[in-house]
Amino acid sequence: MDWHLFIQSIVVTTEKNMRIYYFKGPVVVFGLLFPLIMFLTFFIGRDLDLVLFFPGFLAMMLFFTASSVGPLITPWEKREKTYERLLTLPVILESIVIGDILAGAIFGIAISILVFVVCTMVLAIPVTNSLLLLLAFVLGAVTFAALGTLLASPTADNPSNIMMLSSLVRLPLMFISGIFIPLSQLSGWFFMFTSLSPLTYLVDLFHASLNGDAVYPPWVDILVLLLVTLVFVWLAKIIQRWNLVKGI
Amino acid sequence: MDAIEATRLKKKFGTCTAVDDVSITVPEGSIFGFLGPNGAGKTTTIRMLTGVLIPDAGTVRIFGMDVARDPLTAKMKMGVIPENGTVYSDLSARQNILLTAKFFGMGRITREERADEILERLGLSDRRDDLVRTFSKGMRQRISIACAIIHAPPLLILDEPTTGLDVYSRRLVIETVRHMNREGSTVLLTTHNIEEANALCSVISVINHGKIVATESPENLKKTFDTSRYVEIAFNQPVEPSYFSASGIMRAESWGDKWRVYTDDPDRAVKYLATLAEREHLMIVSIATSNPTLEEAFVKLTAGT
Repeated sequence: MDWHLFIQSIVVTTEKNMRIYYFKGPVVVFGLLFPLIMFLTFFIGRDLDLVLFFPGFLAMMLFFTASSVGPLITPWEKREKTYERLLTLPVILESIVIGDILAGAIFGIAISILVFVVCTMVLAIPVTNSLLLLLAFVLGAVTFAALGTLLASPTADNPSNIMMLSSLVRLPLMFISGIFIPLSQLSGWFFMFTSLSPLTYLVDLFHASLNGDAVYPPWVDILVLLLVTLVFVWLAKIIQRWNLVKGI
Repeated sequence: MDAIEATRLKKKFGTCTAVDDVSITVPEGSIFGFLGPNGAGKTTTIRMLTGVLIPDAGTVRIFGMDVARDPLTAKMKMGVIPENGTVYSDLSARQNILLTAKFFGMGRITREERADEILERLGLSDRRDDLVRTFSKGMRQRISIACAIIHAPPLLILDEPTTGLDVYSRRLVIETVRHMNREGSTVLLTTHNIEEANALCSVISVINHGKIVATESPENLKKTFDTSRYVEIAFNQPVEPSYFSASGIMRAESWGDKWRVYTDDPDRAVKYLATLAEREHLMIVSIATSNPTLEEAFVKLTAGT
């Protein structure tokens, strides 16, 4: 393997995705407007402690932005018939998967940090551990960008079908991850249930880095997010390779 | 060294065997034609050669490099125009070419100079900054070609590059293929246009039902079917097909306002037709004999499709 060519193929694939897909309608709607609307729906007009709920909101923002680009890229390229041309260029499956994930992750990090900066101007948001906060942004973005790429992997040349599938997966996760009810206030079977969602660990990591009121030790959150990322990437690669074998 | 060395390629889709034990060797510097009827396995073979599709069995080497083992290095040597692939409609003509050049690791100055040169050569300089979505099919295909040749590839693979194009775009494609070959690129192209293959290619492989049925130079292929000569004749009035039932005449086909009379002995056929015209009081408007054609060879090789 020529590593120089491999890295070059990842960088150019990422650049291509950023240039073409960041401003597509579904990305703007599902990545930007949707989490903002969810925030307004649940928090505005209710007597809630916004600082207490801010880590959950930030995690939700990062979750939706990072996972909104990936589901669009491959189905869009298959529909537009640019995917086959891409495969003939000096890229391999791994470059495409990693390039798609990086495009989603950069989008998620950029938008979420912007939201964070704006919110710190309005609210007195504490930052307990800034390094851990940075790690949470990066790790959360990569994990959920990988989820977005995984969701795009099944055979489909219709982006709206994949966006629907991604909503079916993402919306339930939002409700079982301690965003609307802090994890520290959950107990029993419901707490056990939340532990099944990878988003829970990002919410908890933001709690650890901002308010300092995490439920799990940070290393557990980091380890779970890393493992989940590896599983998402592995599954995306397996499915996309299967598509190449089947010619679809 | 051969530009392409594909050995015993196989591909099945469900119960259908699309490509069955296909081996191809494309010598460096040649223009190699790959012909076959629809569904014969041309595009599936091309997709395996270019790394788009993973074969069930067999190997592909591009200038000695195994596409499965070292796909990045092998693909660096190729420029491909896929049949089912197009360029990004959300980017301009120039942006598409520059993006492709980046995949091939070309430096900024080199890729910009070369992109402008190719856009000029393909007659698209005045539309270079327009989004491709506003382009006609012929113009998109020219951008596709520009992307394929931006890095002056040692191997150019074109899958049905002229299908559905207007005359001007078709000529540009053919001229570009010739130009690239003169510059040292080996060319592999699939086409439905047999005369195009005849005019361009030094070697032709014919595939049918997923198997290679012949690999020869166009002239050798024609010689193989030397019995397929014909006399083309037009009379001043319509005639019955039964007029052409005579010994030495294999069959006759209506060809516009003319008839093509296939024969293995043109001299005898011409004499018969002259006698026929005399006997039936017909006036011969035009008459011409033809050498065996590649089309006839193709039809015979793929008979029963």
